[in-house]
Amino acid sequence: MNFYLLAVLKAAVVVGVLMITLLYLQWVERKVIAHIQVRLGPYNVGAHGLLQPIADTLKLLTKEDLLPPGVNRFYFILAPFLAITLSLISISVIPFGPEIHLGPVTTWVQLTDLNIGVIFVLAISSLTVYGIVLAGWSSNSKYPLLGALRSSAQMISYELPLGMAVAATLLLSNSLSLRKIVETQSAWYGGFFPAWNLFRMPFPQIFGFLIFVIAVFAETNRVPFDLPEAESELVAGFHTEYSSMKFAGFFMAEYANMVTVTCMATALYLGGWLPLWPASLGSNYAPAAAFALAGAICIYSGLQARKRDRRSLRAFGVLFLLVAALFLIPVVETLLVPLFWFLAKTGLLLLLFIWVRGTLPRFRYDQLMRFGWSFMFPVAVANLLITGLLVALVG
Amino acid sequence: MDPILFLLFAGIAVVCGITVVVQTHPITSALALIGVMGSLAVLYLLLGAQFIAAAQVIVYAGAIMVLFIFVIMLLNAGRERRTRGSFLARLIGPPLLVLLLGVVTFVILAVVPRDAVVKFGSYTGGTVENLGRAIFTTYLWPFEITSILVLIAIVGAVALAYKELD
Repeated sequence: MNFYLLAVLKAAVVVGVLMITLLYLQWVERKVIAHIQVRLGPYNVGAHGLLQPIADTLKLLTKEDLLPPGVNRFYFILAPFLAITLSLISISVIPFGPEIHLGPVTTWVQLTDLNIGVIFVLAISSLTVYGIVLAGWSSNSKYPLLGALRSSAQMISYELPLGMAVAATLLLSNSLSLRKIVETQSAWYGGFFPAWNLFRMPFPQIFGFLIFVIAVFAETNRVPFDLPEAESELVAGFHTEYSSMKFAGFFMAEYANMVTVTCMATALYLGGWLPLWPASLGSNYAPAAAFALAGAICIYSGLQARKRDRRSLRAFGVLFLLVAALFLIPVVETLLVPLFWFLAKTGLLLLLFIWVRGTLPRFRYDQLMRFGWSFMFPVAVANLLITGLLVALVG
Repeated sequence: MDPILFLLFAGIAVVCGITVVVQTHPITSALALIGVMGSLAVLYLLLGAQFIAAAQVIVYAGAIMVLFIFVIMLLNAGRERRTRGSFLARLIGPPLLVLLLGVVTFVILAVVPRDAVVKFGSYTGGTVENLGRAIFTTYLWPFEITSILVLIAIVGAVALAYKELD
């Protein structure tokens, strides 16, 4: 097929899926946090509040787009666009799956594979600070400015341990292309234990993974490092003066960043699209089994649920069973099974993000800085040095 | 495709470069400078120097310019007043500019052979592998000495800042 046509098609699919993910990630977050706090969360718009994100989007679209007096118009409008553009670019180098053959077409489940993929993602993420800084400055108001200053200082500080942690995985995988990094993790120890970078000999990157996850919490301004938008001190931080779709732009950028960094963590540490145990031990049937189990649980709860949930739970149960059946069709299996593993790992990490938000209190600003510089950074350097030494000694 | 991209981003670089000088607002100047660095990165990419392109973005746009903008915002530098320049400057400025550009063009035309053609993407030495090998074999000593120089500069900066604090 034509190269350009294929590229446009793939980009359209990825953007479409990403947008729906961003929309519903917010619903998942509200639901999970609600259940952590023993509430129900959104419930009234659609079954289990499933139409709530669409209602929210409509609300934001129809709200008045306020331009406060005294703002620097050009940069005030530019900032949210910059934020969302930069947060969406990185997804283009993430490998979602292996090479697939669909009829005459042979392609990778990835938009493009750069041989500097990891550095590309780091470069783009080093630019994301501009959206926030410009928003804070152009608002011409003290809380946004303070929020923006905090945010940029925090992002610069945590970029260092992040880069160090990533560098250690590069030593193990010996490549900068994300596709190759995933491919080098495809071995098995003892025939069943995955050789992901997280468990990879000579030095398992468990510490590196922890540093990476903590640092990306800070990079994406999430709890417990959400000082830039600390409600109790700064109203809403850098986006205090924003309303309507411009506010939604920042919101989307935050969630897009979350998706990108979890995809990166999956590709770098958790073996990307590779299954948890080898296909010879039946890992290809795991997705079908998982969906069948979910469907069975839904139908079982649907039998005894309250009247209003009865129908929706049963409908979802049947839907999950159908998806389970889809995974057993041999033709689409080669595409869907790797995609399932990638999305499962990414989804678990996103759940971790949400879980932490429902669990941990916010850091104080000096604690955040001290933690970043005098704990994270030395540990990341030590991790890199030990990994480098062992790789050099063992090979 | 390559020549179009080259012309596009070279144009952006020149326009942004002029904006840096012409604009009176420091933030606008700083952001235009980021535009220059970004388009330079694309030009490096077109020449096949991928690592240098990424390093350009990370180091200049991602670190140095963030610092610049940080300082401008903290000092709350406002719009500068534009003076019209002295009579002498306006009189001999344009001819001198033309003269300078003429000399530069002449030198380039004299030094570079006529039939030298830049081929986009034909240079393959810009990969991370080649660069790493060059740094740690051929240019090991310059590299190590530079790193010591940078270390000295960092220690110096910390020492100076400490004196200010006391």
